[in-house]
Amino acid sequence: MSRSTTRFDVKKVNSELVTLTYGALVAQMIKDLDNVDDVSKQLERLGYNMGIRLIEDFLAKTGTGRCLDLKDTADKIQSAFKMYLGIQPNVTNWSPSGDEFSFMLDSNPLTELVELPDDLKSLKYCNLLCGAIRGALEMVQLDVQSWIVQDQLKGDQNTEIRVKFIRRLEDAMPAGED
Amino acid sequence: MVIYGIYIVSKSGGLIFNYDNVVPKIESERKFTYPLDIKLRSENKKIIVEFGQKDGIQVGHVLNSVNGIPVTGLQMDNGVNALEFIEKEENYPVTLQFARPKMTTNEKIFLASMFYPLFAIASQLSPEQKSSGIEVLEADTFRLNCFQTLTGVKLMIISDRTQTGVDVLLRRIYELYADYALKNPFYSLEMPIRCELFDVNLKSLLEQIEKGVNNI
Repeated sequence: MSRSTTRFDVKKVNSELVTLTYGALVAQMIKDLDNVDDVSKQLERLGYNMGIRLIEDFLAKTGTGRCLDLKDTADKIQSAFKMYLGIQPNVTNWSPSGDEFSFMLDSNPLTELVELPDDLKSLKYCNLLCGAIRGALEMVQLDVQSWIVQDQLKGDQNTEIRVKFIRRLEDAMPAGED
Repeated sequence: MVIYGIYIVSKSGGLIFNYDNVVPKIESERKFTYPLDIKLRSENKKIIVEFGQKDGIQVGHVLNSVNGIPVTGLQMDNGVNALEFIEKEENYPVTLQFARPKMTTNEKIFLASMFYPLFAIASQLSPEQKSSGIEVLEADTFRLNCFQTLTGVKLMIISDRTQTGVDVLLRRIYELYADYALKNPFYSLEMPIRCELFDVNLKSLLEQIEKGVNNI
């Protein structure tokens, strides 16, 4: 077990490579789809498809157990951010009922070198992250909604990603887990 | 200390991966004179030994070849019905080869989907609340270790009863699955895993186990 904790430090890449690749992807999508809202939607879907696969990697490498409350979930997503993007966002703005919270990103590797032109102000550039969170949680039977509240690209101080718990997918619970 | 095989069952109960690592091959060949001193019977389009165990030929073994001619189903490869051939006195002495029946892919899929409800029943039968399903199933000659991931995928290892470190091996296979199956963009979820990289890495992992490397 001691080795498995060190194993995922091995394959590190420069974050600029990620920034540039992601930028190329978004730029290409804007060329292909004329509608900016469609691009945002596609980015979310892309993230979702990444999330449903990435969760397995996260579970295999960290060996974490099932979350029983949303605080636990938030902590684990926070460590996933650290693992996959090398950033540690703050978990803040809990709703009184404890079913909604935000990740505050003061730096975001996806947007490091990016400025949004005026005609793309409605683009949700980081929507991929929202999709990835939703997809990953869906695979562990948590139905959530995720969206961007603040965006550094639009002049805000931080990037804020809001996550809202909707329900537990009881019928999708694997046997022996429910 | 042997790993016999590895199975991966998807969340919906379908067999998505199977690898036979070590398959004990049991074949026995003998010359027979008339009349035949073992009882044969045809079942499920196979000729099996019904009674009369001797010389390594065991009840349940399947007729493999007659005089060196392979038998497929009930027929010899030259088109002659094997049972009829064996019944005729003029064909003796005859050399028959018997072997343990091999599982076909269909049978494996069938068995994998049978384990699925067993696992679910086990968790419901439990006298304690919140029980997992079957994690270890032990028999005379083998042990089945099952690990269910949080997403519902079941990884199973059929191993010798004396094999140690199977738990760690299951986690390592899970990592391989996460790396080489799920990160392959052309692999669609819930479908059979046909990824060469996964196979290659799994094989090298099993080789390490066989060499007795413990810190995998």
